[in-house]
Amino acid sequence: MRQILDIKNISLNFRDKSILIDVSFSVSTGDFFVIIGPNGAGKTSLLKVLAGLQKAHHGTVNIKDKNISKYRRRNLSQIMAIVPQQIEVGFPFTVADTVIMGRTPHLGILGMEGKNDFLIAEEAMKFTDVSHLAERKLFQLSGGELQRVIIARAICQQPEIILLDEPTTALDPAHQLKIMDLMEKFRREHGTTIIMVSHDLNLASMYGDRLLLLKDGRIAKTGDPKSVLNKELLEESYGCHIQVDESPLGGVARVTPIPEKHLHNYE
Amino acid sequence: MKTPIGKKIVLITFLLGTVLVLISIIAVSAGSSGVHFWETLSILAGKSGPDSATATILYQIRLPRVILAAFVGGSLALGGLVFQALLRNPLAEPYILGISGGSAIGAILAMLLGLSYFPGVTIFSFTGSLLVLAFVTTLAGTTLGNTMLGKDSLLLGGVMMNAFCAAVIMFLISMTRSFQVQHILYWLMGDLATMQTGQLSILFLVLPCFVVIFVLARPMNLLLLGRETAAAMGINVKNIVLLLLIITSLMVSIIVSLSGLIGFVGLVIPHIFRLLLGPDHRLLVPSCLLGGASYLIFCDLLARVLPSSGELPVGIITALIGAPLFIVLLLRNRA
Repeated sequence: MRQILDIKNISLNFRDKSILIDVSFSVSTGDFFVIIGPNGAGKTSLLKVLAGLQKAHHGTVNIKDKNISKYRRRNLSQIMAIVPQQIEVGFPFTVADTVIMGRTPHLGILGMEGKNDFLIAEEAMKFTDVSHLAERKLFQLSGGELQRVIIARAICQQPEIILLDEPTTALDPAHQLKIMDLMEKFRREHGTTIIMVSHDLNLASMYGDRLLLLKDGRIAKTGDPKSVLNKELLEESYGCHIQVDESPLGGVARVTPIPEKHLHNYE
Repeated sequence: MKTPIGKKIVLITFLLGTVLVLISIIAVSAGSSGVHFWETLSILAGKSGPDSATATILYQIRLPRVILAAFVGGSLALGGLVFQALLRNPLAEPYILGISGGSAIGAILAMLLGLSYFPGVTIFSFTGSLLVLAFVTTLAGTTLGNTMLGKDSLLLGGVMMNAFCAAVIMFLISMTRSFQVQHILYWLMGDLATMQTGQLSILFLVLPCFVVIFVLARPMNLLLLGRETAAAMGINVKNIVLLLLIITSLMVSIIVSLSGLIGFVGLVIPHIFRLLLGPDHRLLVPSCLLGGASYLIFCDLLARVLPSSGELPVGIITALIGAPLFIVLLLRNRA
């Protein structure tokens, strides 16, 4: 399979602190790629480097066999959309206003949307099930609705890669699955590459084709979910007791962090 | 389906344009020697002879003043709008950032040196505003590493710079011989009376600024969502922010050098239109331009008509209307 993203020897420092150290990996076209790792491991920074929002101090990022620094911002955004961790809802933009902003990298100099752009935005809103909210203001939405609006905006960008930064963190299990199913469905229908940062190891296990475990800015392991979700590896990386077994779903690893009071059952 | 944005822009431009034309004609008619509204119209339309005394008053005194007021009002409202978008803060304004203060220092220095209005005062004024801008943005840049132009640090740096500029202005005024003080103080309060017909051409320098700001209206929408989000959607954030800052400073310093410090236009007008039209800058840019122009013509009209003899500096009127209105808007917005 063709590689859409190729990262070689990336290093990133902030003041004296190393955020990323010698990170190399590649992502195949159409993969569901999940970046996991403990807090402060550098996951979000890595995502920003991939998105071209943060320049790495060493190493190269190649997107579709072309160095990221050779892209103009506009062209990069035609290939890649980002669903950020937090979004600004303070200004009274409506859902429809927000989604159509995704058309930005495809518009002319005056930034006027045409009929086609509105059609694409409507399609995107239908896909993420937010059409009925079109005239609502962002600050009137629930967490799950807001996340679906931002995903609609990313879809509206018609990208080949979608980067998501912990899209399910603040959501209940039903909404988590809804978001993940949406991304999976979109990937199947459009062959889009999905790269997601997540704290939820079970979602990573269920949806990911390939996982990358990051610890202290270095890659601890990359591979398919079963090889990365390994008891010893996870315990060492996260620094807590973890049980890994077969999920009742079958063929999928299930990760259970073990609280101290239950520890005696597993020793 | 909603009305397309293009139609909305045309509609709002037409509506506010009509308001601007009407208020201009009223402002040209009013004054110590009143001219009838229809008479004004017929003179402006070229039907009465341009040689009559009335026509001379209209063309030589009132019309230039109304045009100046329109440009000043439009530019200041637009300046406020741009800075509010860049800082994502409805309280931002060229004044609060110290940019007006910087250009005022430049202008006062040029006046004290006895330089001509153009190019002397204008260039000094622009230089002053750019120095403040450079200082404030560098300050914001270094405190945030390579993520240039952070929201709060830029505003804080501006507030400090503004206080510093105020001190320098006071220092310059206190060192000045008495006969110049009156003139400078009056100009500082915001004064449209000193305008001469020859200075009108300077005003056309701000026209390209209007065009650039309108073209950048959609990127400004995206900047409201945050710099990273804007970048992720294909906006070249650093270049656009810098271009907007420089263009706006140029516009503001041209205006300050001609009319002094007129406050609150850049605060009140964008706020009103945001409440009426929502946050889309493609609508806000033309409406702030035309609305700001109408507003300042109206304020200047009050400044000329209200006192039984003489006139007030228009800056006093804008502050007297603007400050309470702003507080009311703020309270209503919270509720």
